[in-house]
Amino acid sequence: MSTPPDARTEILRRVRAAQPSSSAPVPRDYAADDGPAGVALVDLLVDRLEDYKATVRRCAAASLPATVASLLTGVPSVAVPPGLPAEWLSAYPGTVSRDEADALTVADLDAPGVAVVTGCAVAVAQTGTLILDASPDQGRRLLTLVPDHHICVVHTSQIVERLPAALRRLPDPTRPLTMISGPSATSDIELNRVEGVHGPRRLDVVIVA
Amino acid sequence: MSGTGNIVTPLPFPTLARRELGDQQLRHNLRKATHTIRDKRLRVVGEVPDWEQLRMAGAAIKDDVLARLPSLLEQFEAAATAAGATVHWARDAAEACAVVADLVLATGTAEVVKVKSMATQEIGLNEALEAVGIHAVETDLAELIVQLADDTPSHILVPAIHYNRTQIRDIFLERMPGVDASSLTDDPPALAEAARRHLRARFLSTKVGISGANFAIADTGTLTVVESEGNGRMCLTLPETLISVVGIEKLLPTFADLEVFLQLLPRSSTGERMNPYTSLWTGVTPGDGPQTVHIVLVDNGRTDTLADPVGRQALRCIRCSACLNVCPVYERVGGHAYGSVYPGPIGAILSPQMSGEGANRTLPYASTLCGACFDACPVRIDIPQVLVHLRQSGVDASRGRPSAERTAMRTMSYVMRDRRRYAAALRAARRGAAPLRLVAGRRGALRRLPWPLSAWTSVRDAPLPPKQTFREWWTREHSS
Repeated sequence: MSTPPDARTEILRRVRAAQPSSSAPVPRDYAADDGPAGVALVDLLVDRLEDYKATVRRCAAASLPATVASLLTGVPSVAVPPGLPAEWLSAYPGTVSRDEADALTVADLDAPGVAVVTGCAVAVAQTGTLILDASPDQGRRLLTLVPDHHICVVHTSQIVERLPAALRRLPDPTRPLTMISGPSATSDIELNRVEGVHGPRRLDVVIVA
Repeated sequence: MSGTGNIVTPLPFPTLARRELGDQQLRHNLRKATHTIRDKRLRVVGEVPDWEQLRMAGAAIKDDVLARLPSLLEQFEAAATAAGATVHWARDAAEACAVVADLVLATGTAEVVKVKSMATQEIGLNEALEAVGIHAVETDLAELIVQLADDTPSHILVPAIHYNRTQIRDIFLERMPGVDASSLTDDPPALAEAARRHLRARFLSTKVGISGANFAIADTGTLTVVESEGNGRMCLTLPETLISVVGIEKLLPTFADLEVFLQLLPRSSTGERMNPYTSLWTGVTPGDGPQTVHIVLVDNGRTDTLADPVGRQALRCIRCSACLNVCPVYERVGGHAYGSVYPGPIGAILSPQMSGEGANRTLPYASTLCGACFDACPVRIDIPQVLVHLRQSGVDASRGRPSAERTAMRTMSYVMRDRRRYAAALRAARRGAAPLRLVAGRRGALRRLPWPLSAWTSVRDAPLPPKQTFREWWTREHSS
């Protein structure tokens, strides 16, 4: 008497027995490459971010610390990923907790009034999407999840028009990736979008020229 | 092996549809929600000049996946395993539930947090976990509403679409522990806030998370969850153990293929340019997220579906629910009439193919074949074609048995095969109908016929034959 085949063997046998049709080439004539970069791209990103209720500030590199500090008015404590440039918070008077060696706990991040400041890997103008790939200036995923207020700094060189170009810019797709398009929201009540559920309810984006 | 679980309707579609149609509030809620989402979808799809090219690419990529499924499954398993995940396989709903239950029991926990997932709904995971003493907490707002109300989902994307805001508030007031009754209004932000408070502590302390996956990337072993609220990120990031239940058709060959599907899915489902959050993870990342990662690959009737050359296109489905929102039948009867976790046009072709027998045979008739679903489908599933194909197979399956319908059809076929027989039959019908014209009135139609034809006229008028046929009119007009 033979033992019954295990699930893996049987499923693979059944898939092969189903004789799927032969493979055909995939037409890829959709728009993949971006048009020429420029101011219009930044305007598009700002429009799309604001449409999904993110707050957007634009500033020159020299005034980034002041812009970040003004967004943190009244915020007593800020969490930052290990590789966030220190000068970004040089004008901020409150406490800065750096997540070095995973030092910050969920309870630290869940405390009232904690904000988080990060960079991003790439931003997609057409959809208002920020992509975080756990680089040192973005950190672990929970950093941008548990606090109720996220400030994300985007350099104009990081903005692309379309999603295909953005995915191609990511150095390693096997890192934990988070795509963020506006603050936490739901469409579950009568299919209308309402902002503010489990993720950060306030998303500020600083675009640095 | 046929699929099992919550994909088999307990009663025929007409029976359930009649019950649902009696609920006026339901029809009002559904109409409002489906029309809201239709307009949003059209607006954001209209923004994309290469939408048709994206649809063509999406369909072709999924067909390529189905064509190369054995090797892609092995490739995915190898990549995910190399990245630190453990891959399990399950033939049907019961096996998948048993795998997950064993994994949860091994952690020693009695409560798990869940991301909304059609695969776990399909296999009836919550009930299976409850049976071994594990409570599964649904964290998606709509799933939470349905779970609190002790109800079942009625839509793929928005399981609580059949409730309006006032009904949701009443459910929260009655069923949500610790809800602040004095401050809870039916304002959607207030309801979202109540859900946030209710689930917050659980997210931060629960040890095991359970998810599905929207896409599984074969070349990297990556899983993807597309969501809005952040409950998905919570469940995918904070627990120590993550178990993801994934249908074998969820594969995409390469990471780059996401560039097509992450454009198609949000615009088709919630009518947004992009959903608020998309999470991608590959096995275990030291120091970031769950350190024990399991993936359960589920067949449950998918290989049966794959074996049908016409019907297999249903496996392209990415569960966006655009076809539900545009369907004139779904809009009126709602999701519960389909009796399966997959309702609407896609459910009418997916459920019967996955489960085979029984009352699911009635589902392919739950359509007017108007084709709106095909136009809306981001992966170009020709749903009307598959509906007709399944109706045909249903008829073929019972060909041996006598049937009044088949006898009538055979007679009709005999008459219509010959021009003279057909003309003679028309003349006879006209003569026979002449006295009826007196009762038919100006509309030239009868409201009620005697039994057994009364079954036809209970919901429609029976038109009388016209006074002359087109051929007769033509001959008369052109004889001089």
